[in-house]
Amino acid sequence: MTSIQAALKSELERDAFWKGLSLFDWLWSIITVLSTAYAYTNYAPLMDVYEKVILVASSASLIVLGWHWKAIRQLSLLVFVLSLFGISRYVNGLSDAETDFFLRFLVSSQSAIMWMSALYVLATVTYFAAFIARSDFVAKVASAMTWSATVMGLVGLMVRWRESYLIGLDVGHIPVSNLYEVFILFSIITALLYLFYERRYQTRVLGGFVLLVISAAVAFLLWYTFDRQAADIQPLVPALKSYWMKIHVPANFIGYGAFALAAMVAVAYLIRFNAEKGDSNSLAMTLPELDVLDDLMYKSIALGFAFFTLATILGALWAAEAWGGYWSWDPKETWALIVWLNYAAWLHMRLTKGWRGKPMAAWAIVGLFVTLFAFLGVNMFLSGLHSYGEL
Amino acid sequence: MYKKSAETLKTPKTSAIWLNFLGSMNLAITLLLALSVASIIGTVLQQNQPYTDYVIKFGPFWFEVFQQLGLYDVYSASWFLLILFFLVVSTSTCVYRNAPGMLREMREYRQSIQLETLQKMPNSVSWQLNRSLDEVQQVAQQILPHNGFSARTTVTDSFRLVAGMKGAGSRLGYVFTHVAIVLICIGGLIDGNAILKAREMLGQIVPETENIPANQVPMISRLGLDNLSFRGSVSVPEGSQSNVLFINYKEGYLVQGLPFSIEVKDFRIEHYASGQPKSFESDLLLHDSRLAEPLEQTISVNHPLIYDGYSIYQASFSDGGSSIELQVWPLSGGGNQQQKLNVTVGNDVQVNLAGQPWVLETSDFRLFNINPSQDPAKKFQNVGPSVQFKMRDKTGAAKEFMNYMLPIERAGAYYYLSGVRSSPAEEFRYLYIPMDEAGGLGRFNTFLRLLNDQDVLQKVVAKQGILDQPLPTKDSAQFNQAMLKLVALFMQEGIDGVMSQVDKNVPVEKREGVAQLYVRVLQQILGAVYVEVLADEGVDISLGIDEKKAAFFDDASAAIGAITRYGSPVYFQLVNFKHKQASGLQIAKAPGKLLVYPGCAMLILGVFLMFYAPQQRLWLRLQETEQEVSVVFAGHAERNGLDFADQFRQIQAQFERVLTT
Ligand code: HEM
Repeated sequence: MTSIQAALKSELERDAFWKGLSLFDWLWSIITVLSTAYAYTNYAPLMDVYEKVILVASSASLIVLGWHWKAIRQLSLLVFVLSLFGISRYVNGLSDAETDFFLRFLVSSQSAIMWMSALYVLATVTYFAAFIARSDFVAKVASAMTWSATVMGLVGLMVRWRESYLIGLDVGHIPVSNLYEVFILFSIITALLYLFYERRYQTRVLGGFVLLVISAAVAFLLWYTFDRQAADIQPLVPALKSYWMKIHVPANFIGYGAFALAAMVAVAYLIRFNAEKGDSNSLAMTLPELDVLDDLMYKSIALGFAFFTLATILGALWAAEAWGGYWSWDPKETWALIVWLNYAAWLHMRLTKGWRGKPMAAWAIVGLFVTLFAFLGVNMFLSGLHSYGEL
Repeated sequence: MYKKSAETLKTPKTSAIWLNFLGSMNLAITLLLALSVASIIGTVLQQNQPYTDYVIKFGPFWFEVFQQLGLYDVYSASWFLLILFFLVVSTSTCVYRNAPGMLREMREYRQSIQLETLQKMPNSVSWQLNRSLDEVQQVAQQILPHNGFSARTTVTDSFRLVAGMKGAGSRLGYVFTHVAIVLICIGGLIDGNAILKAREMLGQIVPETENIPANQVPMISRLGLDNLSFRGSVSVPEGSQSNVLFINYKEGYLVQGLPFSIEVKDFRIEHYASGQPKSFESDLLLHDSRLAEPLEQTISVNHPLIYDGYSIYQASFSDGGSSIELQVWPLSGGGNQQQKLNVTVGNDVQVNLAGQPWVLETSDFRLFNINPSQDPAKKFQNVGPSVQFKMRDKTGAAKEFMNYMLPIERAGAYYYLSGVRSSPAEEFRYLYIPMDEAGGLGRFNTFLRLLNDQDVLQKVVAKQGILDQPLPTKDSAQFNQAMLKLVALFMQEGIDGVMSQVDKNVPVEKREGVAQLYVRVLQQILGAVYVEVLADEGVDISLGIDEKKAAFFDDASAAIGAITRYGSPVYFQLVNFKHKQASGLQIAKAPGKLLVYPGCAMLILGVFLMFYAPQQRLWLRLQETEQEVSVVFAGHAERNGLDFADQFRQIQAQFERVLTT
């Protein structure tokens, strides 16, 4: 064998994806498969065929996600352990949340969600402090806080899921059924999307901007909890009792989260854009380059658009089953369409007309307000079939 | 490139202009935004409300303007359909112009690319290598597939070109998404009511606006089995069947025939422990002459029955004609007669009450009433059955009532509750009739009867020493007369009547004193009559009246004082019922689904392909120059330039490690 062939051979082996998987990657897959198998064998009789498919598909996605984004593994394991711990502390029923120390201060869904809220807000402040102080270390702390908040949020949802079953076996349901629950989901998904790009682009300066949206969501959540007692777990109305909810809502919130991320990147874009005309030493110049921001904005809108398309279609299929028609021009549906059309127009402008820069950034910010109306405004101002989370 | 393909079409000039216009991006984006704006209008202005509501809201002028614009049903307004139509045309044109080029490009490796083009690409490097052409070519043919690029090699006398391509699917993605839009729009148009609208414009159908039985609806308001698509509803009482359904249309409705008839055997509501509804279910029997025997299936929300292209959904429920037995308790005029009345929900009956003709229109019966609970431990509480009805007097004026069957607790005492209101926009105001110790209305009724009995009253009044000193006989007779009149006034016009009497006849400065006196006198007389009631019942009152009975007196007096405002001469006590429900079914035929669903699948596939399989190309051009090989390595990506540049650098590094070590 000539040297060149040897070099080629080693090169080809070196980068093979399967070869690149470490022992931990395999361990990760095994743990996930085993837990799924455990859940399946124990709970299969309680699930319909769709729920079984959803379980297996989520587990497969989790494995692949863990391979490509290693931090997801630590996150999942932590959430797993903490949630199990939380669930195991419930012995005599829901009232344990008042008496058990750990539940009361850490892992009951209410406490976990309070931790999440506090940590996201702290992380926001810390990211901005890091930005202003230009300190890498402080930014790392902020990242850690964001990760912890995300863990606590997920634990809160998991334990809440269990708590709903403690109220009554027929009451139990996945916690994505009302405005309170989806606000938590929104915060978590937006944070995860941000964290993904933070690693991908190796920059933490955008953290404060993105977390600003999350902090706003947290502020709303707290108002909603304390002013409207929204945290109470309510049984599902008959129309919501469907496996569709398990896929429609999360897909929707990946969309909303990505659109929110895009809008906040757009804010950063505008700031940097204005700064480029002036003092090259200003703080704003520490933001990523304009074309990096532009690229991130596009990617995030593309991701949001893809999932929003999926979610809207899933919603239509669900509506066909629950309301007797796949499209009823119900305000929520219609606003989903408006959001979708708006971003379709955005994407066309960028891809076919080659629009870039300031107008696109401004449009992405407007897009967030359109999205916000679809998400919240419709529930507040318009009535319709989707009246599950009224304010 | 695909953009050129339009120019190669040899079309006459005007059609080319049209094609250009219809397929233009500007038109497409304008349409997308126009559709958004129209949709916003449709959500902000509530659609398909009764026209009278709009008149009240906007006034006659703007009502007319908005109606002309079709704003009360935006989504089937002609201009809205026109936008959709143009969107379909524009997208189709766009696909027609671009797809052939794209599909061709998808399979092309661009093997005829020029050296200068490669060198000018943003991602481009060149090496001089001390290797053989074959060696380098072999390496290229392996490294490219290793990175997911499929490769083609061209060999000419002067050079060799290895051309790689990845993500050809993104072009397919474009075709998928845009064809999908067309499919979905067309399918949606088929399932929407555009066709109905067209038929209405042609005068083939006219909606019925009167509330008449289905079999009396004229042919012009009926739709046959040839109607391609529809969505309507029908309420079927338990034990009955229907072979038609009703489609709400504008200010009226249309009757749609079905090729089968659907029977509701049983309808059930299940509740959570907290009282909220958990599920609505109907046991259905579908009778079709084409079936050997009826099809039997239970449907519930989220679990429809699909049969022969028709989908049958559980949509709502209502009363299906429950039989109700009412006990009639007179409230005024003191009549003693107690009749029983049997009514059916949904049917009107004529009754003679206190000498006047009334129409009793029973509209609803509810088996459960889940109300917020008084008990802090429980959120909700079931307060039992209720009946809702209207009473129309001979002038045609009606009040609506809601009577509960079971006595309801309030602060330790139990009451029979009857709500009353003059219009559906109002809240019910309640009459609280106290329950006696036997659990019934007997004592209250006796009390009322005695209060209307002049003999009893005279006896009672004669016994009373209202004033501290005895009066001369003549004065006392006059005073007794006045007291009787006062009681009569109270019975007829309530405490309000007494007060307005005072206001009318007494000078301002004495009013308060007189009013107090009247109240005291009334209380005494009522009290004395109440003692008679108890004596009648055989209650021993020598040791005084216990607290419960005293509370009863207060409640009964309050109720009697409110009777004049109640608005009905009788109280109907719900004593018995036979519950019969009706299941609200929605039945839809939507053949457009056959386009919409595949369209949706294509849309999702297409969007993901477009974003996540971006097209990328790489070229290695090898040329022999004096014992060396000169290599140009270049790459191009339609989008995601930054990511591609990264990837290019990685592949470049791979080549360098293999070829230059
Ligand atoms: C409701 C209507 C439409 C929707 C929802 C829609 C959606 C999309 C989407 C999602 C993309 C992908 C953007 C990307 O690759 O990131 C796209 C690309 C594109 N669309 Fe549309 N589109 C519509 C109508 C049209 C029309 C009418 C035209 C014709 C003028 C058109 C021309 C294009 C072109 C040329 C591309 C770029 C394809 C490429 O470079 O790969 N679209 N469209």
